[in-house]
Amino acid sequence: MFKYLCKRIGRSLLTLVIILIIVFSLLRLMPIEGYFPNYEKMTPQQIQVGLREMGLTDPLPKQIVRFFGDLLQGDMGTSRIYRANVPVSEILADKVPISIKLGVLSMLVSLCLGIPLGALMARYKFRFFDKIGTLFIICIEAVPAAIYFLYIQLYGTQLLDVGLLFDAGNPKCWILPVFSMSLYNISFYGMWLRRYMVDESNKDYVKLARAKGVSESGVMFKHIFRNAFVPLAQYIPTAFLNTVIGSIYIESLYSIPGMGGLLVTVVKKHDNTMVQGIVLLYACVGVLGLLLGDLLMVLFDPRISLGKKEGDR
Amino acid sequence: MADKILTAENLEIKFKLRGKTLNAIRGVSLDLYKGEILAIVGESGSGKSVFTKSFMGLLDRNGSVAGGRIMYYGRDDHEPLDLTAIKKEKEWYRIRGHEIAMIMQDPMTSLNPLKTIGKQIMEAVLLHQDVSRVEAKKKTLKYLEDVGIQDPGRRFSQYPHEFSGGMRQRVVIAIAIACAPQILICDEPTTALDVTIQAQILDLLKTLRHKYRLSIILITHDLGVVANIADRVAVMYAGDIIESGTSEDIFYDPRHPYTQALLSSLPQIGVKGTDLFSIPGTPPNLFTEIKGDAFAPRNPKALKIDFLKAPPYFEISSTHRAKTWLLDPRAPKVDPPEVVEKIRNGGLV
Repeated sequence: MFKYLCKRIGRSLLTLVIILIIVFSLLRLMPIEGYFPNYEKMTPQQIQVGLREMGLTDPLPKQIVRFFGDLLQGDMGTSRIYRANVPVSEILADKVPISIKLGVLSMLVSLCLGIPLGALMARYKFRFFDKIGTLFIICIEAVPAAIYFLYIQLYGTQLLDVGLLFDAGNPKCWILPVFSMSLYNISFYGMWLRRYMVDESNKDYVKLARAKGVSESGVMFKHIFRNAFVPLAQYIPTAFLNTVIGSIYIESLYSIPGMGGLLVTVVKKHDNTMVQGIVLLYACVGVLGLLLGDLLMVLFDPRISLGKKEGDR
Repeated sequence: MADKILTAENLEIKFKLRGKTLNAIRGVSLDLYKGEILAIVGESGSGKSVFTKSFMGLLDRNGSVAGGRIMYYGRDDHEPLDLTAIKKEKEWYRIRGHEIAMIMQDPMTSLNPLKTIGKQIMEAVLLHQDVSRVEAKKKTLKYLEDVGIQDPGRRFSQYPHEFSGGMRQRVVIAIAIACAPQILICDEPTTALDVTIQAQILDLLKTLRHKYRLSIILITHDLGVVANIADRVAVMYAGDIIESGTSEDIFYDPRHPYTQALLSSLPQIGVKGTDLFSIPGTPPNLFTEIKGDAFAPRNPKALKIDFLKAPPYFEISSTHRAKTWLLDPRAPKVDPPEVVEKIRNGGLV
């Protein structure tokens, strides 16, 4: 297990390095305007001096080595345009925590509502509760999110008596963005958990459990639920991390100073160092999500053993 | 003869399927005696499983008992109980496992893959026996030993995927006896196992029957299994029991043409070039009303009356009865097929 974990993390790191090299190399192909906030007013000499100062005239391999060297010391470079001469890490340090907070809250809400939703729908299959749940899921899946997000903002803010814009200090202000962000995941967990539970409930071991006199709720929650949760477990870290990366729409709707939309902004502004920093972050998030998903599966399912033991059947 | 523990009287079970009604069980009567092994034989779709599932309220949602009674006499207070009168799911919890337990066909899928087998057996102990957790664990280890699993202490905390098929079936049996039932229904317990393991499992069932004073209903379509283990045999065809008797009655003196045909279908050492015997035609459509003897259309020697009127039971002896007009005094004499002679002479099964 431990050996597997080390291998797995090593491979994840390698993936990250490859992604960064590719992105770094591609960015060098971008026009050099991106390194200077006032490019139009500069003379060719000034530009050359500037480039040399930033080390951009060096050969690519040398630049890459330096980039990783800096990275190891925690230096992600300096933003040139988005916020001129502010270190990238500092900019992100302002924005990431608020997105993580939103993400954690939204994940808790979606798990706390989505899983009971799916479990109850499976328990009362084809009955009233199932139909209501299906209606909810269909609405969430079929109606474009932008529409109900707008309505939630419009009526929710009135209902809760808060301003339209986000104020991190006011706890009530968190409710609507978190709720909006959770809606999709609630329906996602609900839909899949119901489906997996209904699948499981036709299996032989469930029939045996019934035949040995386990009550219907006992069968549902002691036997079916955990089996149905295994395939769902691997998506949870990724779903969580996706919320952390930020929902562009919700953050801009409430003017939340989070990560949402930052990448698009800096790409548009040709701020290459910022792009590198954010890509690094996203790549970490993606790789970590997959890793955590696999580990979660192992936690839930004894049949999956990561380290191959000798003499295992 | 010993006391009855369960009787089905004129039981009818119907299923609703796409607006049509399927008559799965058509007025079956059967007694189960304390401590015996009763085999129910019949081809696929004859209603063997459905019949026994109705004893435990485990029919699929679209199925229901449409008539008749199932009387159960094994309760602690000796009060007879009509199982068809149970309407609430909750009341079934006291029957399932506690009075009647079941073993299913495929041991590979009958166990919860995410729970240790110890926990799965203990769950049954805790549900049906009034004991503490510590005691339940002790009992679980004993059950594991009883079903022939070595090193129960270590096996207790292993998962089903760490067991072979035969071992898993032993665990399933351990779960069933851990419920401390009166009746054990074994629904084709050896079908999914290879032949050597089959024999072991059958031996195990024989041992456990005495040790735990179980009455066993064995559902199978393997006549070899029947001959090996059963005290009595009921032959089922198209949702009805057409002949029942002791193993000797059925094997040495089969009276119903279907039973005779079944026995003739047993593969035997024959002459090269001759085909194996098979019963012509297919079982009747249970969606329609069956007129006369259900087997008549497939029986080349059927009498005229077989197509017109369903035969009643004719008693051949106190243990043996069959539903066929051949037993009517007015019927012509028909010789049993040669396979019966072979069996009597000690060949075959």
